[in-house]
Amino acid sequence: MHEHDVIVVGAGGAGLRAAIAAKEEGADVAIVTKLHPVRSHTGAAEGGINAALQEEDSWEDHAYDTMKGSDFLGDAPAIETLTKDAREDVIQLEHWGMPFSREEDGTVSQRPFGGLSYPRTTYAGAETGHHLLHTMYEQVVKRGIEVYEEWYVTDLAVTDEDDPEDRTCHGVAAYDIKNGAVEGFRARDSVILATGGLGQVFDHTTNAVANTGDGQAMAYRAGVPLEDMEFVQFHPTSLPSTGVLISEAVRGEGGILYNAEGERFMFERGYANNEGELASRDVVSRAELTEINEGRGIEDEYVHLDMRHLGEERIMDRLENILHLAADFEGVDGLEEPMPVKPGQHYQMGGIETDENGETCIEGLYAAGECACVSVHGANRLGGNALPELFVFGKRAGYHAAGRDMKTAEIPTGPSARSEAGDVSPAVEPGAIEPATDEDAVADGGQTADPTAIVDQEVEAERERIERLLEDDGTNHADIRADVQQTMTEYVNVFRTEEGIETALEDLQDARRDYQDVAVEDPSRTFNTDLIHTLETRNIIDLAETIALGALARTEFRGAHWRAEHQTRKDDEWLKHTMIAWNNGDLDLYYVPVILDGESKTYEPVDRSY
Amino acid sequence: MSADTDPETDTEAEVEAETETPPPADTEPEPSVPEPGTESHQDRRMREKGEQAIAREEAAADAAAEEIETVEIRVYRYDPEVEGKTTPRFDAFHVPIEEGMTVLDALIYARDEFDSSLTFRHSCRQGVCGSDALFVNGAQRLGCQTQISDLEAPVQIEPLPHQEVVKDLVVDMQHFYEQMDAVEPYFDPDEEPEEDLEEQRQTRENREKIKLSTRCIQCGACTSSCNVAAGDNQYLGPAAINKAYRFVMDKREGEDRRKQRLETVKQEHGVWRCQTQFSCTEVCPKDIPLTEHIQELKREAIKEDIKFW
Repeated sequence: MHEHDVIVVGAGGAGLRAAIAAKEEGADVAIVTKLHPVRSHTGAAEGGINAALQEEDSWEDHAYDTMKGSDFLGDAPAIETLTKDAREDVIQLEHWGMPFSREEDGTVSQRPFGGLSYPRTTYAGAETGHHLLHTMYEQVVKRGIEVYEEWYVTDLAVTDEDDPEDRTCHGVAAYDIKNGAVEGFRARDSVILATGGLGQVFDHTTNAVANTGDGQAMAYRAGVPLEDMEFVQFHPTSLPSTGVLISEAVRGEGGILYNAEGERFMFERGYANNEGELASRDVVSRAELTEINEGRGIEDEYVHLDMRHLGEERIMDRLENILHLAADFEGVDGLEEPMPVKPGQHYQMGGIETDENGETCIEGLYAAGECACVSVHGANRLGGNALPELFVFGKRAGYHAAGRDMKTAEIPTGPSARSEAGDVSPAVEPGAIEPATDEDAVADGGQTADPTAIVDQEVEAERERIERLLEDDGTNHADIRADVQQTMTEYVNVFRTEEGIETALEDLQDARRDYQDVAVEDPSRTFNTDLIHTLETRNIIDLAETIALGALARTEFRGAHWRAEHQTRKDDEWLKHTMIAWNNGDLDLYYVPVILDGESKTYEPVDRSY
Repeated sequence: MSADTDPETDTEAEVEAETETPPPADTEPEPSVPEPGTESHQDRRMREKGEQAIAREEAAADAAAEEIETVEIRVYRYDPEVEGKTTPRFDAFHVPIEEGMTVLDALIYARDEFDSSLTFRHSCRQGVCGSDALFVNGAQRLGCQTQISDLEAPVQIEPLPHQEVVKDLVVDMQHFYEQMDAVEPYFDPDEEPEEDLEEQRQTRENREKIKLSTRCIQCGACTSSCNVAAGDNQYLGPAAINKAYRFVMDKREGEDRRKQRLETVKQEHGVWRCQTQFSCTEVCPKDIPLTEHIQELKREAIKEDIKFW
């Protein structure tokens, strides 16, 4: 068994930053990751990092923009923590050598982004995430932090008390992709989940193939509630054929959206009379799909994003990467013609419930980055706010997990934060097919057994699960995954109806049933990606269900969540987070109030227009 | 799936393709669409399955009529422990061509439709994670960045040369990463303030100077293409030297560190091994002028030595 003080699962921006912080705090820290760190999807982020660096800007303004962008569903302590810490953390990155784009005087450049009242998005060309990821990995190498790469964490080793708040996480079980060994990783202090997004729940996504929401699914089954899962960001400018992202920076620099009739529809059709193309992402995505649905799309599928008027020099200086992406993946020369774009799944606002220190309701279990929900982004994330979230909350989680004395969190977590029960009753009951016997509910290690025994038992359970998948004959997971992706894209997309969501929940129960017969055809213990993908597909089913169930429960229109039958934001009823607990397969839906009282002010919900 | 798309194999080892024969039309009744709300869940599933079966049959008929264009990919297969795969071989797959299809798309199709054990690294699908550098028709390329239509068929897909094959298209990258680490690949200024960090300045020119070198995604295509690296396992290789270049040229780091870095790259298995064949530069998917960077470091190393004469 491997043993460390702190185990970080995932090696994107949040995981790397958490590991550096834990190391600085003196912990023996190791990263366990299914990809080599530089393969992580943080590297695909393009646009930038929001931080109030200038004197005429302020963290308070950044906080207000973020709260408004969240459609008043972000928690004030989370948002203010992000905007206060972002400045110092950006400067730290600069001192680690990050190659930011620069002004004439040598200071870090900043540009406008959607939903921001000040141009506060720092960037490194249109490949900011790539530079962020590599800069942080360099610092991990410098500190000699141990990385177990191409190890796939399959489950958490958690005790099984009735109340999740009494449980403790003692480590993880992981599968060595290179040789098929299942081994235990005991965490003397804590486990930090930093596994990123879940885009593979949908079939048109900007996310990587590896973004299967593993951390969220594992925390969920171990007893941590998932928060606000119905809030999925669909980015307005992804390439139609592949889902490859075209950065918001194109619009930030002045790019214009046109429909098939050549109209600048954001203005001419009144979707956002002030901000136009730079309205918040949910607004622009809905506008594009409305144009397409009403017959003004090009080839009934997409709209045009034109940046030719910016001129070659400016494009080459700030958006060169976009030219390569458009050429390589869509065969379009962005200097000569407009680029085809349509909305694609991009980011999961919801996730593992944590507080400002990254801590979940289970002792010794933390989460940071996209897999977590603090909640900073509420119902809609602003462009440029994901990257600062990675390092601000990755760092805080790393410090706290390693034992640093930090200010007590204001955000409550766990079932004790419940304010009211949910009353949604879908036609088909979601959750495990046979809740009581579901094999991977929680580690069944008992309550007082010693931590090593808990990890050992988890490893044994995972070995059995994997052996069975390898030995049995059955259905290939790829068909089940495709079914999930199709139903989610059809029914739980940008526009949602009650009937559609019900249909998705039915289909997801079918997927669960099909998954009971799943098996892996490749018998090899060497680099068995068939097995890895099969394990991931289980996670995809669990998460798709929480998204659909949350979407059914929330009978209002807020941020990225649009409901045909409920066309207004209902503040009297819905200033609350949707929480879904796995509860050993018998799902428990409840609510927790949003926190609008901040240090800077009390945020009064106002009409969100751009 | 029509017979046209079944894989063939040139070896005695058979590749089993999942062949799903659509039911003949006369045994499959036309599904009727019931009134909304009256249909049970199970009925809906059955109806949809029926509709799908008909759609598949129509697609097969169309394919036969129009002869849907396929491309043959010939993929290197090897598994150290699975019977029939311990001796490397090539499997052929016939993949239907779609507009914009990349080598990676074709591999994914072959895996998901024909053989789920087909193994290759991939993640982002957009040329930034660096997972899928492959040897395609005799050149190192990123699978996701290479259009099938630009290649001569049959398209031969092999693992990166000069690296140990783990399985199918997956190679052992360990040595590549070790060479990267050998140049101390991290920003490490002479002096680092402890707290109250102030933003450092960097001129636009200096940022521009390092810009191309910082684009490296560590895919390993360059090192795999390099004859020198193939013959001298200790040679740092183009990717690692480029990483050193990125720090040597960054004026934020400091003079002492710069000198140490030049010492590292001018060692026996460093920059002087490069024979300027430009193979690394030609295959780099990020268009980094690797050979130029190596030459520039040679000049910097000489200038540094001359100072002490």
